[in-house]
Amino acid sequence: MSELTPLTVQDIARALEEWLEVEFTFLQVGELATAIAGLSRHDQDFLLDWTRRISTTNIEIAYQFARRALSRLALVDRRILEAWALHAMDTYDSVGLRPALGIIQQDPFAGHGHERAAGALFDDVRGILLTFVRGLSGRPLKIAQGEVPYTDTETLFLPPVVAQLPSLQDNFALCKATATFLWAQTRFGSFRSGLTSVFAGYPDPDRAAARFHALESLRLDTCIGRELPGLARDIRRLNAALGHDGLPAPWASYRDILSQPAARAEDTLALLASAYAAPALPLAFYHGHLRLAAVEQAMSQRMQREKVWLRVKLAELAEELHPAHSPAEGTPPQFAVTQSDDDKTGLAQLELTLDGVPLAPPEGVRQLLTSIHLDLGGIPADYLTPAGPGEYDLQQWAERTKDPDDVWQGTYHEEGATLYREWDFRRQHYRKNWCVMREKDVLPVDDGFAEQVLQKYSGFVSRLRQSFEMMRDEDRLFKRQSNGDDVDIDALVEALADARDGREMSECLFTRMHRAERNIAVMFMIDMSGSTKGWINEAEREALVLLCEALETLGDRYAIYGFSGTTRKRCELYRIKRLDEPYTQEVRARISGIRPQDYTRMGFAIRHLTELLAATDARTKLLVTLSDGKPDDYFDGYRGEYGIEDTRQALFEARRSGIHTFCVTIDQEAQGYLPHMYGRSNFVLINEVRQLPLKVADIYRRLTT
Amino acid sequence: MNARMLKTEEYLVEKEPYYEPVGNEVAIFEAAYRNRLPILLKGPTGCGKTRFMEHMAWRLKRPLVTVSCHDDLTASDLVGRYLVKGGETLWVDGPLTRAARTGGICYLDEIVEARKDTMVVLHPLADDRRVLPIEKLGVLLEANPEFCLAISYNPGYQSVLKDLKQSTRQRFVALEFDYPFPELEKKIIVAETAIDAPVAERLVKFAHMTRNLKGSGLEEGASTRLLVHAAKLIVTGVAPVAACRSAIAQALTDDAEMLAAVQELSSSLF
Repeated sequence: MSELTPLTVQDIARALEEWLEVEFTFLQVGELATAIAGLSRHDQDFLLDWTRRISTTNIEIAYQFARRALSRLALVDRRILEAWALHAMDTYDSVGLRPALGIIQQDPFAGHGHERAAGALFDDVRGILLTFVRGLSGRPLKIAQGEVPYTDTETLFLPPVVAQLPSLQDNFALCKATATFLWAQTRFGSFRSGLTSVFAGYPDPDRAAARFHALESLRLDTCIGRELPGLARDIRRLNAALGHDGLPAPWASYRDILSQPAARAEDTLALLASAYAAPALPLAFYHGHLRLAAVEQAMSQRMQREKVWLRVKLAELAEELHPAHSPAEGTPPQFAVTQSDDDKTGLAQLELTLDGVPLAPPEGVRQLLTSIHLDLGGIPADYLTPAGPGEYDLQQWAERTKDPDDVWQGTYHEEGATLYREWDFRRQHYRKNWCVMREKDVLPVDDGFAEQVLQKYSGFVSRLRQSFEMMRDEDRLFKRQSNGDDVDIDALVEALADARDGREMSECLFTRMHRAERNIAVMFMIDMSGSTKGWINEAEREALVLLCEALETLGDRYAIYGFSGTTRKRCELYRIKRLDEPYTQEVRARISGIRPQDYTRMGFAIRHLTELLAATDARTKLLVTLSDGKPDDYFDGYRGEYGIEDTRQALFEARRSGIHTFCVTIDQEAQGYLPHMYGRSNFVLINEVRQLPLKVADIYRRLTT
Repeated sequence: MNARMLKTEEYLVEKEPYYEPVGNEVAIFEAAYRNRLPILLKGPTGCGKTRFMEHMAWRLKRPLVTVSCHDDLTASDLVGRYLVKGGETLWVDGPLTRAARTGGICYLDEIVEARKDTMVVLHPLADDRRVLPIEKLGVLLEANPEFCLAISYNPGYQSVLKDLKQSTRQRFVALEFDYPFPELEKKIIVAETAIDAPVAERLVKFAHMTRNLKGSGLEEGASTRLLVHAAKLIVTGVAPVAACRSAIAQALTDDAEMLAAVQELSSSLF
């Protein structure tokens, strides 16, 4: 590869001036341009490319990034710089400019000190570590990104980059050790007793908390050693590499006490008074931080919730097992939990009994029992009294779901909705959790629309039914097969005749029943944007009625969803027919009730329907879009190239999960963008709106034969 | 020793197959057999259903005819068909017919994998009639009194499309199987492979970790069979982490990230 000539100061300054809009922002780019000009072309390209990409999100962040990244370029691995830039942009997307500038200004590499360190990035390790901690026993934990490693007992927070050690492998091992240690805190009961009040009894509660954390680290390290010997070996190696060994005087003796297999958090607390006086023990990176406020908040909410749920579920269980056992009879069902302390696997075996008879708890109850056991070290008796009828208002404790129509009435925008990412082509990266998507129902309109359509197209409908009837996969008898269920007498007679004549006898003498199954699931995504008002909407609804008629004849699984929205905060999918729903009068009324809504944001709809389709087990999966124009949304830039590129990216994702995508459009200018989005041969342009109802079923027929 | 060729119905289990009863399944099977009732074994893959069948065949001293069902298995594959030989047609019994004729135990493994119509030929055999209609011959075969029909299926992972129909399942005496308790599972692994008990214990622990992942990415956790495979490799000198990777992790999933995570679990244990 030949070295490219470096860019000149003038070139760089001109580019920066344009991207950073210095005309309006008055940013000083001269010095920056001079500094960049001194770099190799390779580094110049890297830095300028990212500056340009960030500038499409925010100019100030781009400017600060360029200045800071300049000095880091020689020190830090490129991947980390990229992660740093993306982290800043994500922060900007979710919480705004100030925190994002905070990310840029704080040095994420302070204290790492390794030149070109190959750090483990949160996004890369998250998936593996999530599965990893789920595999370990206990409460199902979540993993999220935080500034420092800590846990609130439900979520493990890990930093965006771990680059303490030179090699990627070691940094990953360190992440894994960190996640394991945080898991161990929840698993081996670090947070059981009201800790804040204990620490408050000391003159300096923070010091007490730090000493407690240090003592617990001694205890939990040995717990990990017992439970996961392989990992403990890794941790010893990492500690040696980080120069973290040896215990100062009093701590070694504490360890001797806390490394007993029977040691509990209570033993740690018993040592706290003595350790409070001792000098601080430097902790390793993987020991994380102690965030008691977060812990106590999560715990108190969870304990209340779980008590309610356990009692309610036990009541259900009792009802199920002894339906006659009415509470009025005076002897309420007695649940009890016995704990076999055969702790070889490290897990307490909890056994649930009802009136002395052991029973296998359903999965939900078992998880609640485990979680409560982890919090309290046992199951208190009042938790085991089944809830009386109407004792709790379950609404209050349920995972909240709200009426999607309330979005604009209150303060909630994202609660309960599904968030989808969106592709920003200028950033060349996703905007995370960008679209706030909700599923809504179409208001059914019972006006006999479907019947009228069938009447109107009656001649066409009977032909349609016929042609779809023919596609139906019937069992077919294949003749002259080399093996099969039965002898093909015709072939045999012929073969015998051949043999008499001295010719070679055919081997294909059997018949075989071929039972082909059409295993197709298809999702129709209907444009419900405002531009479909009038003719187009009418034609779409007619097309859907005819299509349903054809598909019912055929027997393929199908679903119909309409999409529309106004800005990323309000992306809506309208359920018209779900995949598993039969074609009922209700569905017909919903088709009739399809009304034009707002704008054409397509990415979120494709992503959501892709997920729905991917969850089915059909052999062939198809996503067909019915649209009248290019992607477009109000105000927030989902227009022109941005919208097209996001839609294209969403379609890529769909195809990657094995879904065939196709588009039927009536936009006469579709040639300009549809080939780019769907591929050259994956769309059909219908010239006249009136033709739509007649064509759609036929297109589907061609697609699937 | 040369490999032996046996007719399907002559396959008698001669040596006692190792089997650890978990509950009263042996007694129930025997009682059902005495009463000529067909048997349905439910349970996840690799938890010992097939081994149990071999053990029972040995106990009852009956030949065992095993058919592994697949989605191309037709009724004629079970009942029999005409073949052409030297210009003549010739009837050949299928495994089910042979077992019914000679009084063997016919074991249809993973029955739901077979085509729907296959199930129907079992119905007259599975109720008190105990006959097998052979349409192509125009005869009804009365099953030998010693004949026994057993089927197995895994309720855990099949799709709703492959659920067992009520009309089928209500003809059978059902036995439920699950992975054995940790202690027993350890004992089984040690008995099968002569591995050191502490290593077996860790293998069981590893299996539980993968079973925790059922539903969050894995269709099934590691079965007892996979543990035995891994233990055999370890006894032969393969390093435990490598053995877990080849015998367990790779067998569970193809997903790269899941594989990496399962691998992290095993390397943490050994």
